Amino acid sequence: MFIDLLIGAVKAVVVLLLVLNLTALLLWFERKGSALIQDRVGANRANLLGLGARLGMPNLGLINTLLADPVKLFTKEDFVPDGADRFLHWLAPFLALFPVLVTFAVVPIGDAVTIAGHRIVLQAASLHDDALYVLATIGIGVYGIALGGWASNNRWSLLGGIRASAQMISYELAMGLGVVAVVMTFGTLSLQEICRSQGGVWFGWLPRWGIFVQPVAFLMLLAAGMAESKRVPFDLPEAESELVSGYFTEYSGSKQAVFMMTDFAEVALIAVLLTTFFLGGWQVPYLYRDGFILPGGVHWALSGPAVAILGVISFFIKTLVLCCLQLLVRWTLPRFRYDQLMRFGWKFLVPVGLLNLVATAFVIVLAGH
Amino acid sequence: MVPISYVFGLSAALFGIGVCGVLVRRNIIVMIMSIELMLNAANLAFVALGRSLGSTDGQVIVFFVITVAAAEAAVGLAIVISIFRSRETANADEFNLMRW
Amino acid sequence: MTAWLFGFLATLALVSALGVILQRNPVHSLMALIVTLLVTAVFFIALGAVTIGFLQAIIYAGAIMVLFLFVIWLLNIQAEEREAGHLALKSFGALAAAALVAELLAIAGRAPAPEAAVKPSPAYGTIATLAAALFSHYLIAFEATSLLLLVAIVGAVALARRMPRRRSTAASPAAASVSATGQDVSAPEVSRRAASA
Repeated sequence: MFIDLLIGAVKAVVVLLLVLNLTALLLWFERKGSALIQDRVGANRANLLGLGARLGMPNLGLINTLLADPVKLFTKEDFVPDGADRFLHWLAPFLALFPVLVTFAVVPIGDAVTIAGHRIVLQAASLHDDALYVLATIGIGVYGIALGGWASNNRWSLLGGIRASAQMISYELAMGLGVVAVVMTFGTLSLQEICRSQGGVWFGWLPRWGIFVQPVAFLMLLAAGMAESKRVPFDLPEAESELVSGYFTEYSGSKQAVFMMTDFAEVALIAVLLTTFFLGGWQVPYLYRDGFILPGGVHWALSGPAVAILGVISFFIKTLVLCCLQLLVRWTLPRFRYDQLMRFGWKFLVPVGLLNLVATAFVIVLAGH
Repeated sequence: MVPISYVFGLSAALFGIGVCGVLVRRNIIVMIMSIELMLNAANLAFVALGRSLGSTDGQVIVFFVITVAAAEAAVGLAIVISIFRSRETANADEFNLMRW
Repeated sequence: MTAWLFGFLATLALVSALGVILQRNPVHSLMALIVTLLVTAVFFIALGAVTIGFLQAIIYAGAIMVLFLFVIWLLNIQAEEREAGHLALKSFGALAAAALVAELLAIAGRAPAPEAAVKPSPAYGTIATLAAALFSHYLIAFEATSLLLLVAIVGAVALARRMPRRRSTAASPAAASVSATGQDVSAPEVSRRAASA
């Protein structure tokens, strides 16, 4: 009993720390990656006792954003504008961050491992209705943004909040349709089961990943997910050239840092969900419970813990690749207009999602499941 | 396991708060919210009763109630918007004409 | 559900429900209502109706309440001043509500005792059980619901549409509200499909 509670607590803390570290890593990648794309150096001022130069680097590199950015943000004045709703102004950033963080609880980062007689599922909380839980928490995430915009008592903030909430609930629909198509394909709502059923190969060489069965749903979820995270092609809620910075115009210091963290945590969340649904989650191609079986029939035996560790590593590699893809898109595409955004969501993604759903249902019935 | 009558009691209290809201508040939006509160209280009673009978019917009814609540909220709020355009108020006491 | 969990959740539900009717700012009322709805969703899950609990969180708390938020913003409803009149009316309302609660509590006292309660099967409350009931016994009601939603979409758009001859200042929130209306009534469609999966 006690040991189970302990295992649960450790899993929760580990998942939370992984997410927060991923967030920080993304911040660094965003700053340096954008500099690379725009042909400049980027983030090269922070220095500590000339340490970077002594190690032969122009500055502290990774430490720069991991340490200097948070220190800068958390030591700034926390300003609340006149006439603002103080309580909601304070609550909104956390209301935005919390649903995103708790969503990671159901994401499986690896298969079940057995340590000292305890079977541990590498998933902070395993429900039977994980997919519904994900949709629910993403739906609740609207309020932090909307209230942040409203509570600031600022026209720009309010416009940003309205844009954000309209955009988020519109794209939630497309997202829901994509998730439903995936759930129909695998016949289960449990993310761990979805990962498990993506093991093995077709035709002797093609991994049984969801992306090969549901390519349309993959693209839909990618587009809808990027719109949910409100980043560049879809960053109407914080469009700098129109709304100063949208719903968090009146936020400074640590509260703004929390909003930024929400942004990156959402990017990580989309990447994690896409990995789980379409890229096999923790599955490594050709890796089975007792080792690799390559297409040519070559067998390479591995022990159980090694297989589990490889699975976790593969999960994080896929997640990072998808995160980088999203950041790349962010620095490549210009911003949509608001009518284009709504048209894309309502008149393109939703009909395509419905057609995809009908096609999926036909195939399932014809295949005789 | 808590007796099912406790859940009924909670549901009754929530329903009463909803009724009180509709009777006491004059802001039309808050009145509609109070109606949602009453629907919600009824849903709770349905689920609790379904559990004590071991039947799914209670949940099915809640499913339908949620759907109808969505339709009700959409149409109700559209009516509020269209009244507000002509009367410029959200106070239910001011809606005293049958035409607009 | 253990007693302490019930006590905690029930207190939370009652306090937030009181918040709905006592707050003078409609946005604060709405926040309190969202808390009530989420607590009820937790109650549903604790009572074994897991799927319905999540649907409540997705549709009720996640979509319908956003529609309320939009309308509050669109109409720019400010916090009410405390008005002096209507004291008799208000006390009558409170008394009537109290009488109703007393009556309902008396009925609730006659609910079946816990030992009479049936032990539910493991499949109770799962999406498969719910879908099986929806698509067999309740099929006609289910289809009628989709018709209802269609009518509601058309009705909401027709009612909330701006008359061409009248022009007022709030242009962009109106568009947002219309799209929110459309989304809102179609949100159950998603869950319907989720239930069918």
